[in-house]
Amino acid sequence: MSNVLEVKDLRVEFRTYRGTVKALNGVSFTVEKGEVLGLAGETGSGKSVTGLAIQRLLPSNATVAEGMVMFDGRDLLKLSEEEMNKIRGKEMVAIFQDPHTYLNPVFRMQNQFADILRTKDEELNPIKDKREVEKVIRNKMIQMLREVQMPAPERAIKMYPHELSGGMKQRMMLAMAFSLRPKLVIADEPTTALDVTIQAQVLELMRSLQKKYGTSVILITHDLGVIAETCGRIAVMYAGRIVEMGKVDFVYSEPLHPYTQGLMRALPRADKDVKVEGIGGSVPDLVDLPKGCPFHLRCTHAMEICSRANPRTLNVDGRIVECHLYDERIVKEGVG
Amino acid sequence: MEAAHAMGTKKSEAENGVLIKVEGLRKWFPILGGVFQRTVGYVYAVEDATFDIKRAETLALVGESGSGKTTVGLMLANLELPTAGKIFYRAEDVSRLSSSKTKWYRKKVQMVFQDPYASLNPRMLIKDTILEVMKVHKIGGHNNYDRAVELMNRVGLSEEHLYRYPHELSGGQRQRAVLARALCVEPEFIILDEPTASLDVSVQAQVLDLLESLQREFHYTYLLITHNLAVVRYVSDRTVVMYRGMWVESSSTRELFEKAEHPYTQALLASVPIPEPHLSNREKQLLKGEPPNPTERVKTCPFVDRCPHVMPICNEKAPPITQVNDSHQVRCWLVVKK
Repeated sequence: MSNVLEVKDLRVEFRTYRGTVKALNGVSFTVEKGEVLGLAGETGSGKSVTGLAIQRLLPSNATVAEGMVMFDGRDLLKLSEEEMNKIRGKEMVAIFQDPHTYLNPVFRMQNQFADILRTKDEELNPIKDKREVEKVIRNKMIQMLREVQMPAPERAIKMYPHELSGGMKQRMMLAMAFSLRPKLVIADEPTTALDVTIQAQVLELMRSLQKKYGTSVILITHDLGVIAETCGRIAVMYAGRIVEMGKVDFVYSEPLHPYTQGLMRALPRADKDVKVEGIGGSVPDLVDLPKGCPFHLRCTHAMEICSRANPRTLNVDGRIVECHLYDERIVKEGVG
Repeated sequence: MEAAHAMGTKKSEAENGVLIKVEGLRKWFPILGGVFQRTVGYVYAVEDATFDIKRAETLALVGESGSGKTTVGLMLANLELPTAGKIFYRAEDVSRLSSSKTKWYRKKVQMVFQDPYASLNPRMLIKDTILEVMKVHKIGGHNNYDRAVELMNRVGLSEEHLYRYPHELSGGQRQRAVLARALCVEPEFIILDEPTASLDVSVQAQVLDLLESLQREFHYTYLLITHNLAVVRYVSDRTVVMYRGMWVESSSTRELFEKAEHPYTQALLASVPIPEPHLSNREKQLLKGEPPNPTERVKTCPFVDRCPHVMPICNEKAPPITQVNDSHQVRCWLVVKK
């Protein structure tokens, strides 16, 4: 399998008045062609920052301290802003939670949508006649909107964003995102603001588009249910590191890392009665990270070594885990 | 006459321990337009909400955005005046209260909102926030501070947190502080509007457990307003489902999740993502379309344009209330036909 994206030891820091916030502390993962990777984690775990860092859309007070982001054979962190612009929106596309952050309220949908095609679609280059170009663009838009099952597409493209409902906006976004057949879509909480019935529609649609075009998707969400329904693999983040990563079937049925286990136990379920248990304590301060494993203060299995040394990245049954519990060297020697 | 009526309600209240009774509650928000700001139409936020809440139970009000569930909560907290309908607290009609009565009622009823950061004054210490509420409601006196400390312990915080500003607390701690403020007037009835929507799952579980243990100990009555069906199943005793301002199904929570009768409830339950990957390919009956425009009034079944089982009669008349059993009511022609 070929990798579309390879992130290696990514470290991102934010300068704030309180000090340096270490948002990402060495994140490594790959995304294969045509796969959907779920990036799960709680507030402040660094899942959104990962998405932004890959697209080089970090705010100005953030710096990438270290790391490499290989996308289709190029290290994105070394490209010029101009080269990056060519990739963004064409080969790599973002979908956000809040439609207001990506739709311009003062332009009709057709203008915003057409802009994308006009500036990024190479198929339009050989067409010389300007009117012909506009015609092709219009047809492409309508066709794409049909594909996302937008009701009355001819009318919808004439509307302003505020005239569209939440679900229609997300459909519009999917149409815009997939119109240039990107290699990678980074969807950050794409359905969090939607009602469950609409969420189900949008997820279903995203999955079918993704399958049809063989697009790779990074789905960033805090909702473990959404990941179970749509993703092939899951990466669980905590305090700026991936603590567990593997195929969803295995991670959900038998989570290895104590944090993942805690998350699974904390989930109330709509389909059956369960006993729910929270994880005590709170997320560590990213300005002043504790020594050792970032989770050891909340971990029920914490050993002596956990407060001293960072756990190594281990490969257990084809899964990536960062926990001393699975480190044979430590368990054997009885250091814990 | 009125006294007799009140007596009658009191008697029935004693029988089944009903604390809050809501009858045909309706709220239309006027849309103002033109130079003279005349009413040009209405947003029909709530058409008909009817349910009662028994003492020390948790009733969940479920629905999607725009279903009117929050507006019902605001009316129950006496923050919005109903357009029509009645709210009974014990035997008292509290839908239109005088200002002195309002204060009495607000001591009995407290509300906890979704965003704890927005419902705490950022310039006040938690201590001052709580003490002020007690002062306004003339509670206690010299031992107010001790009471505040006790409340903090009750919600799982400590005295030290009284001397913090809201921004110095984490999300879960803030929600606990809001809860402490709500509890300081010793309310009977607490309206929880999406109390855990802004919290992470690991913290959500803690707050839900806290709510449950408080209820066991102090017998609070909760109205839980939420769109999160997993939370509903976990904490509520009974559930009312609302669609477009109307209640469509009302049942004990257990039965609702196992044997929902209304097509909307069924679709709602089927749409919830299940955190089990091997179930991801299950047969799902997804709803088409989206909730309709709230500025148009419906006289038929509110669900007609999205319902997968729609029949000719659904477009003609609003469905009557059908009793499935003692604790389960549905409004749907399908059930009538059965």
